[in-house]
Amino acid sequence: MAYLLQQIINGLQLGSVYALIALGYTLVYGIIRLINFAHGDVFMIGAYLGFYAILRFNLPFPVALIFAMLGCAVIGIVIEKLAYRPLRNAPRIACLITALGVSLFLENFTSLKFLFGPNYLAYPRPFAVVNYNIGSLTISNIQILVFVIAILLMILLQIFVTKTKTGMAMRAVAYDKSTAQLMGINIDYIITITFGVGSALAGAGGVLFGIAYPQIHPFMGIMPGLKAFVAAVLGGIGIIPGAMLGAGIMGMVEVLTSAYISSTMRDAIAFLVLLIVLLIKPAGLLGKSSIEKV
Amino acid sequence: MWLKIENLSVSYGMIKALNNISFELKQGEIVTLIGANGAGKTTVLNTISGLIKPNQGTIIFNQKNILNFAAHKIAGLGIAHVPEGRKPFPNLSVYENLRLGAYLSNDKDFITQGLSKVFKSFPRLHERIKQPAGTLSGGELQMLAMARGLVSQPNLLMLDEPSMGLSPILVNEIFNIIKDINSSGTSILLVEQNANMALNIASRAYVLETGKITLEGNACDLLNDPRVKSAYLGE
Repeated sequence: MAYLLQQIINGLQLGSVYALIALGYTLVYGIIRLINFAHGDVFMIGAYLGFYAILRFNLPFPVALIFAMLGCAVIGIVIEKLAYRPLRNAPRIACLITALGVSLFLENFTSLKFLFGPNYLAYPRPFAVVNYNIGSLTISNIQILVFVIAILLMILLQIFVTKTKTGMAMRAVAYDKSTAQLMGINIDYIITITFGVGSALAGAGGVLFGIAYPQIHPFMGIMPGLKAFVAAVLGGIGIIPGAMLGAGIMGMVEVLTSAYISSTMRDAIAFLVLLIVLLIKPAGLLGKSSIEKV
Repeated sequence: MWLKIENLSVSYGMIKALNNISFELKQGEIVTLIGANGAGKTTVLNTISGLIKPNQGTIIFNQKNILNFAAHKIAGLGIAHVPEGRKPFPNLSVYENLRLGAYLSNDKDFITQGLSKVFKSFPRLHERIKQPAGTLSGGELQMLAMARGLVSQPNLLMLDEPSMGLSPILVNEIFNIIKDINSSGTSILLVEQNANMALNIASRAYVLETGKITLEGNACDLLNDPRVKSAYLGE
């Protein structure tokens, strides 16, 4: 029982990181129906920005986190401007292939010596790891930090989307671009904001991931990116609470599989869960089966 | 002339939707475009509000050629377009829909004033302010669409088929509200299939047939024109 609880705590930690990445996938998909495959690499860049901020510039952790988030927001916005905006009226497949191209570019370009370099790097811990023992359970301050920051950012996102004018405009654009324009909403501006917010969350995810699983390299974004994408689809892509739910499930399934079945099976089982959910609910757990636009 | 459309042509691919049409609207008027399904009425409104770019023509509003303005810029000029089929944001609440109607304003007093005006015209919306727009009835959705257009207190309100799918009682109610809106100073460009209702409240009218204007004149003259009577009034 204690072992199970311990694994659930580990699952929550992984799930929170996945959630931060999955939200970016789902936000962007909601607005422009694009699966932004470069999103996992923005997460990777976030991890590196945090790395340099902590190690080279000796910034305190909260500042490093904000630095990585802002840096990723800028990179996400630039990617959208350079790679996706020229394809605004192109077929979706062209955008999808471009996204894959951007992803490969970011992975290989940042592997160059004068940038991040191709090697694994040990992530600096901005403070000492403290383990708290509650009965036979062990919770580290890192786990608490990851979980609390992820939840905090998700609450902020929820407030932004539901309470602010820009958030309302985002939801309106996601539903009907033409009518949104009739309200005076500049679609390009909303898309920019969406990429900025989604990328900032991925950047935070990168820093938290680096602190929790302290090893980074330029290709580290591929698997978590894929998992987070699966999480977004699992919960219902385009739906914000769906991404959080899906990420929680993905993190949990992965950790529990490693713990009880075999750690080599964890990816297979995680994707199997996706297949089963999509067979039963093709639009994802919280997705509506079809949106009628009359 | 306040709104002047000249030699406007629009195509969808190979299909000509509008063929060299010209018409105008004076400040304070209700002008109606009537015509059958597919005549191009909605295309006219979509072109004025910038959703569709024409092949040729000019659109002068308030002495400015707005032809190449982006749609969100045109909304900022005080032109509100209430689209065909109401097009609410069903996932947003009634309040949020109305707030987006005044998206371009950050002035709290202005927004409160706009809201209190529309609630005076549409008290039923006030009762439903927190409900998701998707839960409203057809008549309420038409009210919401018009209210959303009016919160920004526009100079020109363009209405696309406000009577569509509504019961005769509701149509009367909506048209009375349109008259009230006009008498409080908002100019109105009304697109309608219900020619009888439209001609009764408009001062002038244009008849659109397969992308061309075939008749124009004072609304009361057109109401008695035998061609209009046989084609659009069912007499």
